[in-house]
Amino acid sequence: MDKNKPTVAVYKFSSCDGCQLSLLNMEDEILNLADAVDIAFFIEASRATKPGPYDIALVEGSVTTPHEIERIKEIRQDAKFLIALGTCATAGGVQALRNFADAGEYANIVYAHPEYLNYLPTATPIAEHVKVDLELWGCPVNKAQVIEVVVALLNNRKPNLPSYSVCLQCKRRGTICVLVDKGIPCLGPATIAGCGALCPASGRGCYGCFGPFRDANLPALTEALQKAERYPGETMRLYRGISGNAPLFRKAADAILSTSKETK
Amino acid sequence: MKTIEVPALARVEGEGGLYIGLENGKAVEIRLDIYEPPRFFEGFLHGRFLQEVPDITARICGICPVAYQMSSVFALENALGIKITPQVRALRRLMYCGEYIESHALHIYMLQAPDLLGKQSAFEVAAIAPDVVKNALRLKKIGNEILKTIGGRSVHPVNACVGGFYQWPDAEPLKALLHELEWGLQASIDCVKWALTLPYPDLEIEYESVALHHPDEYGIIEGEVWSSKGKKLSITDFEKGYIEEHVKHSNALHGRTIDGNTYLVGPIARLNLNHEQLLPNAQKALKDSKLKLPLKNPYKSLIARAVELVQAYEEAIQLVKNYKPEGPAHVELKLKAGEGAGATEAPRGLLYHRYQIDNHGLVTFAKITPPTAQNLPRIEADLFQLAPKIVKMPEAEATLTAEHLVRSYDPCISCATHFLKLKVEEKSK
Repeated sequence: MDKNKPTVAVYKFSSCDGCQLSLLNMEDEILNLADAVDIAFFIEASRATKPGPYDIALVEGSVTTPHEIERIKEIRQDAKFLIALGTCATAGGVQALRNFADAGEYANIVYAHPEYLNYLPTATPIAEHVKVDLELWGCPVNKAQVIEVVVALLNNRKPNLPSYSVCLQCKRRGTICVLVDKGIPCLGPATIAGCGALCPASGRGCYGCFGPFRDANLPALTEALQKAERYPGETMRLYRGISGNAPLFRKAADAILSTSKETK
Repeated sequence: MKTIEVPALARVEGEGGLYIGLENGKAVEIRLDIYEPPRFFEGFLHGRFLQEVPDITARICGICPVAYQMSSVFALENALGIKITPQVRALRRLMYCGEYIESHALHIYMLQAPDLLGKQSAFEVAAIAPDVVKNALRLKKIGNEILKTIGGRSVHPVNACVGGFYQWPDAEPLKALLHELEWGLQASIDCVKWALTLPYPDLEIEYESVALHHPDEYGIIEGEVWSSKGKKLSITDFEKGYIEEHVKHSNALHGRTIDGNTYLVGPIARLNLNHEQLLPNAQKALKDSKLKLPLKNPYKSLIARAVELVQAYEEAIQLVKNYKPEGPAHVELKLKAGEGAGATEAPRGLLYHRYQIDNHGLVTFAKITPPTAQNLPRIEADLFQLAPKIVKMPEAEATLTAEHLVRSYDPCISCATHFLKLKVEEKSK
């Protein structure tokens, strides 16, 4: 092992592997990255593991089992800088939809013997269990952002990440507003930029997979979206989607549920 | 007591462990312990609007999101009784080519080949054979580029919907991929030749192969469910032939045939049943390989993947050349209550979905049978057959041989959870 290289560890919690895969999908950069850092623990890519502590820990997935609560604490102790990677790790991910229902009922629906399972009633972000040094949102994360964060850390500077909404990215790429022009409900005004405004560029509304933009005017957006609904409850379901457990989206969905007759 | 323990199975998608119980040196119990946590997709799909389904099911697997989107949209279109246009069908096949390319190139070079080359990872392979890994990355990247061009990004692309696509992708950036695709076709033919030089462990299994079969094309998105035992079922009747059980040691359900047998899905099963439908270059690569079909050695699934890589490149070239974004990108949906099944061939095997929807288009029932759930009992059975050999090996070699077998299945554990600690235990002591 090169003693001068910072060590990196990659971990998976409850997730689809898509964010780890985004690392392996850096076809043009991965061999250089493997030169610049010592990839010391990355089970999906290598059997070879080196013991911690590690300089950087990248954690994918949310906490959904009692064992994962213990595991994340151990990982935190072994990591100098811990990055929560992707919407599962930062907000709970799509599996956090169980937080709005009875997980036991879900278990009964899916499994013949729910008593064999060992799971928590909620799926929660990493920061609910340990101190997180940086959150990188996205379902999946944008690999350019991952590279930016790693390079920034290697050079001891602050990573340059967007602090504006998807709307600005639409303007930049010249996409005509789908909500204004076509009346398609779009979460872009309430979603943090990072994906490159892919959905509006594909002629559909944003579904918020990069999580909330913290300065969004949610009551105003809710009103505009509800006017554009193509089926009852569309706005509530948009908020309560991939990033549905993020506090701002949770609040917006709850506000709709508490005022509307629409119950589901 | 003889104990071999692997804390986690490396280079598979998801998490699990392997346990082998011995009595007087003979294997009496084999379990793949799946500790990948359950995520309850079929639960929280309830009450979602049908057009949200492909965005949600994509999140079952980061490596094969297109497969999950495709099985969903076909099932929901069947529930509504709508037919997609030939142009939409062609673009769906192209998307699937992109996914086969990225997933197979990843598995061949980065997940399985290190085992055959005595290395721990593709990074280690890169140190001894940099050109192999550079080519591998280029091969893989082209698949991701196809997905990006059609769907905005390769992991969880955003363009597929019930009825077709939200919008036709521009022809120009797709046609611009042709040069790389032509390179990829040649590189994948070379990949088959290279795959034949690798030292596969000996193992012969009499499999019941199960895959979609289509008379006019290599079965991926539509057709009948064929078994090498002669059983032919429509996709709608899939559950009449194949069922899932919940076993205690696994958060992934276990697939069985209705007669209680294990069966095999994935590249070996597809090649065994559908090799006659391969396109000419893939056909020739298979013939030149002198591979004897049916293929019975699970480790050689790498060669089957390489042949499918040729097929995917060859078909992608045709589809890109013929791509004409004409007519509506999606059929308008008329909502009504109904039920529909859909199945497509994910890179790792047959993926079946069934939904019921109400007259508002809301999901009232969802059933998803992933390929790895169907293969798990088969992997355990293979390990049983391998066990007499494993228990005589030194610990490190035993662990690697068993791990390699599991990895050769390209298991997608987060999809099937519904993985690996190798523990060999002498029970009688």
